[in-house]
Amino acid sequence: MLVSSPRSLEEALAALGDGSCRPLAGGTDLMVAVNHGHPMTSDVVSLDRVDEIRGLTLDGDVVRIGGAATWTLIADEPVRSTVPALAQAARTVGSPQIRNAGTIGGNIATASPAGDSLGVLAALDATVEVRSASRTRLMAIPDVIIGPKVTSLEADELIVAVHVPVVRGWQSYAKVGVRNAMVIATVGVATVVNEEARSVSFGLTSVGPTPLRCPDAEVAACEAFWTLDGTPRTPTARDIGHIAELVMEGAQPIDDHRSSVEYRRHSVGVLAARHLRTAARTLREQ
Amino acid sequence: MRKPYQLHVNGQTLDVLDPVPGESLMTVLRERLGLRGTKTACSEGECGSCSVLVDGELMCSCLVMAAAVTDRAITTVEGLGDDGISDIQRAFVECGAVQCGFCTPGLIVAAHALLDRHPDATTDTVREELAGNLCRCTGYGRIIDAIHSVAIARRGGRP
Repeated sequence: MLVSSPRSLEEALAALGDGSCRPLAGGTDLMVAVNHGHPMTSDVVSLDRVDEIRGLTLDGDVVRIGGAATWTLIADEPVRSTVPALAQAARTVGSPQIRNAGTIGGNIATASPAGDSLGVLAALDATVEVRSASRTRLMAIPDVIIGPKVTSLEADELIVAVHVPVVRGWQSYAKVGVRNAMVIATVGVATVVNEEARSVSFGLTSVGPTPLRCPDAEVAACEAFWTLDGTPRTPTARDIGHIAELVMEGAQPIDDHRSSVEYRRHSVGVLAARHLRTAARTLREQ
Repeated sequence: MRKPYQLHVNGQTLDVLDPVPGESLMTVLRERLGLRGTKTACSEGECGSCSVLVDGELMCSCLVMAAAVTDRAITTVEGLGDDGISDIQRAFVECGAVQCGFCTPGLIVAAHALLDRHPDATTDTVREELAGNLCRCTGYGRIIDAIHSVAIARRGGRP
């Protein structure tokens, strides 16, 4: 078993080329497995020194976040003011130690149903840029994450960037866990109110095999925030109750060691309603 | 294949002669280099007892693959003080921020990273930035006091 630390993306993709090596980003999943008695047998390509995929750039109305950008970077400016829901999700990941190590590409490639960024990225219709030595694929989140901890990525492919649209309007990520810090999501809800597209989207974390969107709730929310001719309106308490019910129906929670179906479904409704009330108030006051 | 490599720890270049493939920096520091200030507890990044600085950034050394950081500057609790003990270590002693002491090295390292990044840290910032270091004895009160006292002293006494 060998560890290589390529200095460029080209070298990294070449090293992954024959499909026999494992990429190593923050190590927050892979090293836990090693420490708990699953020694590495395959060669490892460390992404620690591939600077091209460790930064992020704001380009017009898209933030291009490198696949190996850490949560510490994503929780700060410019993401905090351009994609606040994603910065909020980043801030809820683990602890400073974990946020200094863990990466957005790792979150996507691990494809845990509890991945904090995944609901946000789904709600924002983010695009994942996947590359191998010979090709580039631009993929939507549901095309990358196809099951719990299952992706459609090939062994020679690497997540080199995530393209996240900057949306005018209101957005937030809220998470329920057993404590404030260092916690894996029991439930996560991302809500995006897009004033330009006049649309509302919900991305749910930890209540389904993959990050979920809620098409019925999104249609109802759109009708609650705008009249048919596109004039903004303020959703009523009744609207918000109805939309939250639809978000709950869109969740597909399971009972597991972290929570129950009932608690998760209930929490999704609470968080969605809270988001909608805050969004309505914030947009009205603008 | 056990390929030897070198690590840069606390300003010294050290040979890791008989490494196990893929093993963590925590294991290498303790078992191969004899630097036992870095503690082993959860081995999954939850407790912070193994915290070290890698190029100045706070990391759980259990989650760092040692062979991937051969060209980084690693600082352990043994390497923090210029003359053996740092201002933060002294404050922990003076404020009584230590009980059983197992979490203390990780907390000391985390406190150094915290004050480097947030010299004007409020109590809320200190609490959030220490979220990755578990202490089961002290209740954290005196740890937070100790870090505050250093922050104030470093600002020349300005509260």
